[in-house]
Amino acid sequence: MTTTRPLLEVNDLHVGFPIRKGFFQRTVGEVRAVSGVSFSVPRGTSFGLVGESGCGKTTVARAVLQLLEPTSGVIRFDGEDVAKMDAVALSRFRGRVQAVFQDPFSSLNPRMSTGRIISEPLRVHRLKPESEIKAEVARLLDICGLPARFADLYPHEMSGGQRQRVGIARALAMNPELIVCDEAVSALDVSIQAQIINLLEGLQKELGLTYLFIGHDLSVVRHICDQVAVMYLGRIAETAPSDPLFASPKHPYTQALIDAVPNPDPDYEAGREIVPLEGEVPSPANPPSGCFFHPRCPRATDRCRREVPRLDPVEPGHMAACWETGTLVPAG
Amino acid sequence: MTLLRVENLAIDVARDGQSCRLVHDAHFSVDRGETLAIVGESGSGKSLTALAVMGLLGEGLSVSGGHILFDGEDLTTISARRHNDLRGSGIAMIFQEPMTSLNPVRSIERQLTEGMRLKNRLSRRAARARALELLTEVGISDPERRLKQYPHQLSGGMRQRVMIAIALSCEPELILADEPTTALDVTIQAQILSLTSRLCRDHGVGLVLITHNLGIVARHAQNVAVMYGGRVVERATARQLYRDPQHPYTQGLLASVPRLDLPRDTPLRPVPGAPPDPTVALPGCRFHPRCPKASDICAEQVPDFIAEGGHEVACWNSGIQKLKSKGAAA
Repeated sequence: MTTTRPLLEVNDLHVGFPIRKGFFQRTVGEVRAVSGVSFSVPRGTSFGLVGESGCGKTTVARAVLQLLEPTSGVIRFDGEDVAKMDAVALSRFRGRVQAVFQDPFSSLNPRMSTGRIISEPLRVHRLKPESEIKAEVARLLDICGLPARFADLYPHEMSGGQRQRVGIARALAMNPELIVCDEAVSALDVSIQAQIINLLEGLQKELGLTYLFIGHDLSVVRHICDQVAVMYLGRIAETAPSDPLFASPKHPYTQALIDAVPNPDPDYEAGREIVPLEGEVPSPANPPSGCFFHPRCPRATDRCRREVPRLDPVEPGHMAACWETGTLVPAG
Repeated sequence: MTLLRVENLAIDVARDGQSCRLVHDAHFSVDRGETLAIVGESGSGKSLTALAVMGLLGEGLSVSGGHILFDGEDLTTISARRHNDLRGSGIAMIFQEPMTSLNPVRSIERQLTEGMRLKNRLSRRAARARALELLTEVGISDPERRLKQYPHQLSGGMRQRVMIAIALSCEPELILADEPTTALDVTIQAQILSLTSRLCRDHGVGLVLITHNLGIVARHAQNVAVMYGGRVVERATARQLYRDPQHPYTQGLLASVPRLDLPRDTPLRPVPGAPPDPTVALPGCRFHPRCPKASDICAEQVPDFIAEGGHEVACWNSGIQKLKSKGAAA
């Protein structure tokens, strides 16, 4: 592999939301939704962010999409600091980065036909003359596996899977380089979900797309992503290429997450002893001291209660933030 | 006697003076201390079937055929009053979204003791003592404080634990759980499902687990009924179903899910197309428009159920069907 510059680089991202109270809405505290998240996504690959509700994965996605302003940290797209972009560059950036959301019903305007939904970005960014728009919409529908007549339908006339295809077609209209998929297949039925996963993978190969894929279903994230980061309470607990991450997880939280996923094989399930992780995710407004995971961790020690573990390499390319996982001693 | 036996159940909806069949033929049975999973996608009729057993079908919906035998009593013919008696103390239900199925303006104590006071005629004091026991049993710490709280003060997992406590409160013989963990995070899902399974086994309660997650079925159920388009298309023990799925729809479902125990690049082979629209009449097997094995007869005649060693399937082209017709010809 050549060491080219990554398409997306997130460096020490922090996002806090103020807690306001009282008549004057005085700020009384802060919810740290994301603290110190860093990762980079090479062009043409898929990067997965997994975690349970409230772990900050969607906040990271929204920060990358410039839908909210981070408290601190740098987001670079194609080498350029997004926060320092001028209006022209930012407008180009918004075309090069697109999003596909979870619920295709609430992310598609119910009063617009599919044709208008897909062609709106083309018109706003003046990418195509009016005379070519109809053909372009038909082309986009076609690559997403829908017949051209769907351009005249409204969202309520389509099934969930078809709506998600329209959402993807709309994202593709801008000819993007990066697509942020926020729980893009989570709301779909099993057989439809597999269709959309295959569509996303096919499009990636064909168009050289890069995905930032946010999900909570570990088996889906593993299937799609080359590299995965597991988040817990706003921090990355562990990150590695998919295969080592799932084959030999280093962080106790990752291990617990993987154990919690039942496999569709009764013999396999009967043969394994499952100790479900106890307790629940604490409130990000009042996180525990030290390692955020220590109150639920079977291996927690005094040090875990006091000090925040750093995200350190435990094997080449495999990083974990855990005091109890031996860190890699650099060779030589 | 089998605890619950559903036979050829059909459910219709009446709309604008027209009637439309949503469930064509549901049949399955479950025994005490046993877990049956009903698997299917949205619109397959699995939730409607559960609501019919509870006698909670909404307006316009009605049972139009078949039988629901609970402890030998046919629930499709009993009075509304008798059904009301059975709810809670005979059959209880755990719903998917505990936030919408718990009453937001009543305390946990009131909701948890309501059934016991009404059905078991417990005094307030006795019901409260039992409620504390139940909350402890479902793993809620500090039950005294929780009793005074309201649903919005509890987390999703805790609310679902309260739902389970309510379901157990009148000591039912059967619990129907409709997607009990779909709205929960994966670690909480594992907690709730192990808890439900363990409690049902310990109390000898039959459990019907309605889900679309094939992993959950493999971990928690002994028997499975697969529903598609309002019909049960395959019935087997969990082991038989996963080892040797007979119906092309079941095969398609199993090939659609990415699995952690298989190599990452194992391709997914989704079922093409989308589930049938229940308002459009579809002759023959309801799966035939999406079926890779469909032949002429599939579009004409509804396949019968045939069984081999406790494994039942409704498909003209299944292995079991072929085995049987070969036997008949010889």
